[in-house]
Amino acid sequence: MSTFEFPPSITSRPVWGKLEPRAGKSHLMIADAEGAEALLKLAQADGSLMTKAHIMYFPGETGDTYIGKLEELAPAQLYIGPSYEAAVPRLRRTLAGAHMGLQVYLTGTESLMGQAMREATDAGIPHTAIQTEHRGSVARRMQCVHCKGITENVMTDPFVCSHCGLNLFVRDHYSRRHAAFQGVCVDAEDPGNVPPPVELYS
Amino acid sequence: MTIQFNDETFRDDYTFRNSQWAIDRFPFPFHEDSYMYSVNMEQHQGGPAGSIFEKRFDVDEHYVSEMRDRALVLAEDPLRCQSLPHMTLAGWDLLELIMVSKSEDYPDLFELHRDGDRWHWINRPLGIDQKFTFMDEATLPYGPMEYITRQTQGDFAVLDQRDENLWMDAGIVTTQADWSLDFDIGMNFFEWHAPVPLAAEMGIFKRALKFLMNIQQGAPARRLNWTMTVNPRLDTSPENYHKWGPQKMTLTPENIGRKQHLRVELQTFFRLPRSNGLVFPIRCYLIALEDLVTVPKWGRRLHRVIRDLPEELAEYKGFTANRAMIVDYLSKFDDGLPTSDGIWPDKDTEPPLQV
Ligand code: HEM
Repeated sequence: MSTFEFPPSITSRPVWGKLEPRAGKSHLMIADAEGAEALLKLAQADGSLMTKAHIMYFPGETGDTYIGKLEELAPAQLYIGPSYEAAVPRLRRTLAGAHMGLQVYLTGTESLMGQAMREATDAGIPHTAIQTEHRGSVARRMQCVHCKGITENVMTDPFVCSHCGLNLFVRDHYSRRHAAFQGVCVDAEDPGNVPPPVELYS
Repeated sequence: MTIQFNDETFRDDYTFRNSQWAIDRFPFPFHEDSYMYSVNMEQHQGGPAGSIFEKRFDVDEHYVSEMRDRALVLAEDPLRCQSLPHMTLAGWDLLELIMVSKSEDYPDLFELHRDGDRWHWINRPLGIDQKFTFMDEATLPYGPMEYITRQTQGDFAVLDQRDENLWMDAGIVTTQADWSLDFDIGMNFFEWHAPVPLAAEMGIFKRALKFLMNIQQGAPARRLNWTMTVNPRLDTSPENYHKWGPQKMTLTPENIGRKQHLRVELQTFFRLPRSNGLVFPIRCYLIALEDLVTVPKWGRRLHRVIRDLPEELAEYKGFTANRAMIVDYLSKFDDGLPTSDGIWPDKDTEPPLQV
């Protein structure tokens, strides 16, 4: 099963929803990995969405698992990309050409939803036209508060900053502008005293 | 009075010291013998002569050295000063507010001459003489917010007011109690307060936000907040936590009076006229425990407050590890006598320490 119930947390931490079909002139659907399952469910609920849908999908480690099924949905546009980063110019171009009445659906990892959410809101899409649903990995996108580098796909607490090498603990404090959680040096007060890493939510 | 500006440091050799004048006017933040979060706001319309509440932007003996420390922080990390594009007008509002206030409140230190848009600003303590065109960024060496706050003690958060909320869309933050402007910029009132324990459940942030959104031009407000800092370090930022964090482990019963400081923030709130933004100056005052306990009432009271503080607050403020040592030190200055209401030292009426 690709769903996970996040425990209640502090107010800066995003809360994800469930995708529902909504009336709209066009539909932009952005998903990574197991996020495909949420799109398949969405299409089941209302197949007519797909005739006006642009899907941007990043399979990542799930490889071909969902690609055939997404093709069967016959969306107006289906883009399968190697990574979200590579698709950012395409996403920006798409959002720049968006008309009133666009509905945005984001699903998959928190990193993908957070970053795509930032692009959509920067492009002036109202919050009320953006839906989200978490699927798949609970890995986090972390900003190192010290060197400002972003480490993707963080699965443990603490973890090592991929830029400056400090051992960071994983906070729930979240910045929508960075689309990232905050990582702070875990052994600042007692250098070298780093607790063993524990899998997130284990 | 004329202020004698200290030549001192807030890092490395830590030569910061408070004179007797600075100790006597220290903003002791506890009006009773215990402490819990509350919506502790009042009008900011002056205060007793010589107190830190008297002027709109207090200038004290640490001014020149604090500005030097700010310049060092900004040279190391320019992200400590950021302003989203729509905040430039609020920056001009702030520049005007500070220049007008300081030139009126400290005419011997600051002068502002205005001829239409052509302004002339003189800052004597820092040796600045600047002619510029109001609202023309090209005529100043920095953006308006950065220009004036490089000359004003305290951190500044500049808030945009929209959608029934306040948004931290600009600021300069080099003397903070462990929060990051770069991370928090763009957040709303509830988001940037998210890490604070207990206060949200107590309804404090809802009520505080309502109060702030109704602040009118010319009717500023203020409150005090506090924490504990080892060594008189202004830049206790999360960015540099791995550099100052180890200093927390250097406290001993012998050096604690000198090294452990009470850190108090005078937080004020001013409505800005053109942008309708709100500016939130956060002015940091530091005092070594050994200086603080020279006021008998403050020694008695601080001991009781720290001893009885809810654990969540000590944890959030980051002094759990040293709390027992601090309480132990302060207990020597608490003889159990009652204390008078309010924050003032009451040196003439409160009895000396009974030993
Ligand atoms: C608009 C102006 C304000 C700004 C920009 C502001 C900003 C902040 C920030 C950045 C923090 C640190 C949060 C963290 O841990 O990351 C904080 C803490 C806090 N704020 Fe505010 N604040 C404002 C107004 C207020 C008001 C009006 C109140 C309440 C009456 C309040 C109550 C608190 C409390 C209780 C804390 C925890 C402080 C501690 O225990 O040391 N704030 N604030």
